[in-house]
Amino acid sequence: MAYIIEMLNITKDFPGIRANDNITLQVEEHSIHALLGENGAGKSTLMSILFGLYQPDAGKIRIKGKDVRVTDPNVATRLGIGMVHQHFKLVHNFTVTENIILGMEPRKGPIIDIRAAEQKVEAISKLYGLAVDPRAKIEDISVGMQQRVEILKMLYRDAEMLIFDEPTAVLTPQEIHELMHIMRRLVEEGKTILLITHKLKEIKEVADICTVLRRGKVVGTVKVADASEEQMAEMMVGREVSFHVAKGPAQPKEVMLRIENLNVKNNKGVLGVKNLSLEVRKGEVLGLCGIDGNGQTELVQALTGLTRIESGKIFVGDTDITPLSIKARTDLGLGHIPEDRQKHGLVLDFTLSENFVIHNYYEKPYAHWGILNPKAIRENADRLIREFDVRSGQGGDTPARSMSGGNQQKAIVAREIDRSPKVLVVAQPTRGLDVGAIEYIHKRIIAERDNDKAILLVSLELDEILDVSDRIAVIFNGEIVGIVNAKETDENELGLMMAGSLRKNVPPARQSETSASVQGRNA
Amino acid sequence: MKATLILEMFPIALMFASPIIIAALGGLFSERSGIVNIALEGIMMVGGFAAASVTVLLEPSTPLAPWIGLLVGIAAGIAMSLLHAFASINLKANQVISGTALNILAGGVTIYLSQIIFHQQRTRSFSNGIQKMTVPGLSKIPLLGKMFFIENYPTFYIAVALVLITWFLVYKTPFGLRMRSCGEHPQAAASMGINVAGMRYIGVLASGALAGLAGGVMVLTADIQYTIMSIHGTGFIALASLVFGRWNPFGVLAAGLFFGFSTALSFYAKDITFLAKLPSEFFYMLPYIFTIVALIFFAGKSVGPKAAGEIYDSGKR
Repeated sequence: MAYIIEMLNITKDFPGIRANDNITLQVEEHSIHALLGENGAGKSTLMSILFGLYQPDAGKIRIKGKDVRVTDPNVATRLGIGMVHQHFKLVHNFTVTENIILGMEPRKGPIIDIRAAEQKVEAISKLYGLAVDPRAKIEDISVGMQQRVEILKMLYRDAEMLIFDEPTAVLTPQEIHELMHIMRRLVEEGKTILLITHKLKEIKEVADICTVLRRGKVVGTVKVADASEEQMAEMMVGREVSFHVAKGPAQPKEVMLRIENLNVKNNKGVLGVKNLSLEVRKGEVLGLCGIDGNGQTELVQALTGLTRIESGKIFVGDTDITPLSIKARTDLGLGHIPEDRQKHGLVLDFTLSENFVIHNYYEKPYAHWGILNPKAIRENADRLIREFDVRSGQGGDTPARSMSGGNQQKAIVAREIDRSPKVLVVAQPTRGLDVGAIEYIHKRIIAERDNDKAILLVSLELDEILDVSDRIAVIFNGEIVGIVNAKETDENELGLMMAGSLRKNVPPARQSETSASVQGRNA
Repeated sequence: MKATLILEMFPIALMFASPIIIAALGGLFSERSGIVNIALEGIMMVGGFAAASVTVLLEPSTPLAPWIGLLVGIAAGIAMSLLHAFASINLKANQVISGTALNILAGGVTIYLSQIIFHQQRTRSFSNGIQKMTVPGLSKIPLLGKMFFIENYPTFYIAVALVLITWFLVYKTPFGLRMRSCGEHPQAAASMGINVAGMRYIGVLASGALAGLAGGVMVLTADIQYTIMSIHGTGFIALASLVFGRWNPFGVLAAGLFFGFSTALSFYAKDITFLAKLPSEFFYMLPYIFTIVALIFFAGKSVGPKAAGEIYDSGKR
């Protein structure tokens, strides 16, 4: 069998870490080859070497049997290698077409022939089933469509080998499904795909061959058809992984978080959360599920104080927190694991140690008489890094920006859970994380529950909601359309409620001691 | 009576508008490529000084002296902006600080050179700057002819031509698309094989050329010599026009005209009955007050190139 891409004995060192250790990867033509590994296993580094963003310290690359030196991305492009970056590289106020042709513009005399460009974009998008509007501006289109633009950029440059770097991390389940379809189509049309991921489900669904990396080394290469998800997970993590969280029944106690008739406007100026009431008790996880954009973000931001509310009340214990500042809410015992970890979770240009004490840097032992105590801050970081297995090149001194997404998330989870707040609002805690990390974070959430904390878990992943929650509230169009026990429901029922076609046990507008909360108890 | 007054204001308003427009176009090139250039003022001073000096020195030998002066002004502007490009692109210096340094440097350098060349703190005065002209044919158009084509400085036509050229380059050519991408999302541009540093050099040097030209235009039309006060903040007004004009060449044209007229107003206010009672110093303040007011009202709403002023780091996520 002919290999189209061969990376032989690749080694790459970074300060403090050997990212790739003698890695050999061989990819067959017209196949989807998955590269599986935990966050920080060296997948992205290896692909960056293939794409010419980094130079390997040792080893060589062969494309179609010929030795090549990929010195920069332009060389990769000429060789027919294209990359869909995890963080899209699109100019927000350019049109779809402008983004695609940038750097390779068709001309009519000195002028860009935008008409011809649009026609070519349309033709390619039809051929591969990538629906886009060539004239739309990037800032106006969905994330899924932005990703299709990234794919079109490569196809426009006649790439034969396509690297997808964690392509599903930012997509909704529907968009993921579409993407899988597109990848199959690309292979049918003669392309070869390298898929970087840590999602086993997707590999099972779409890939032919899978190479597993762990801590910079190749653990093995398997045919996907012959391997089970469990086997691949074990190879990746290096131990057996359970996909389900082991947990005892919840012991819910008194109400700790109470939301009464809450109204919040979204960024378009209309009500994103409408007259919403909800209660979360000590010692339970309430899962909030819904299709993206049905008011989850607005609700979470209202709870944590990131956005203004129109009306309604929010109580933590007996305290009405609606007039309180974000800081006052945090001090009162409200923890937040935000949806957008880079925007609201971390100061990206601070080090990991500094990010860990971002709430309580002014308290003893981190500060004395208004002067920071670097030793205590450092020790705190070392402890959290150890305890939560946060991987970073230079330990506590690592700038948050340079860490992988999964490890950034672990750092936030470590900081918030370590404070052990009375109420923990958790939004999308495992988006973009590998199974090992997901398992760990789920365990910590359950541990907090068993520690008598009230937890509101907001997630778009139904598996996660069903697995971790004790009760599930479904949000549709800014309203709660159902509250059910996790044990007594399934994906189908939740799916119907998420689409707005089924209502169940909806709490009345004015909440009293009875109604919704009562059903929360697992007798 | 008022209508004739407005017509009378045109030549002087266009005279002031021209350097503002040209310098703002310079700022446009620079910021579109991703480098904030607040040194427009300083570059204008250097350009104005160079143009005035060359005019004074060549006047006895050629009637083309002012035009040669303008060319030398352009060259001086490019040389000056090279410092800014090197500091902000190669050394990754803070662009505001580098620009401020150039603005301070410009005052010193021009006066120092004046002292050496002319043995005084300003250039000698030239006898003829750029001459006003009447465009044959076009001046016969009713109203418009009176506004734009009778007894006007040709520098205004240069400014308008530059607006058109800039618009064409920035919005119609591959060069423009690439330059704008460097100002919006340099990482994306680099991933498409575009040389971000090279594009930014072109942007900054173009701003130097245009601001140098603007300085020359200003001194050779509105002044009789170069002094430290010749430019008096016009570079900053140009920056305001860039914001006010939303980083668009035609917007810049409109904003430049607005500021040109507000400057002209300060000369004519004494002829307008209801304004005449106010002290004349008040009207000299007007262009600057309008600048602040325009910035307050428009700065928040207008969105400039996203990455302008940011230090380019190819590894940033």
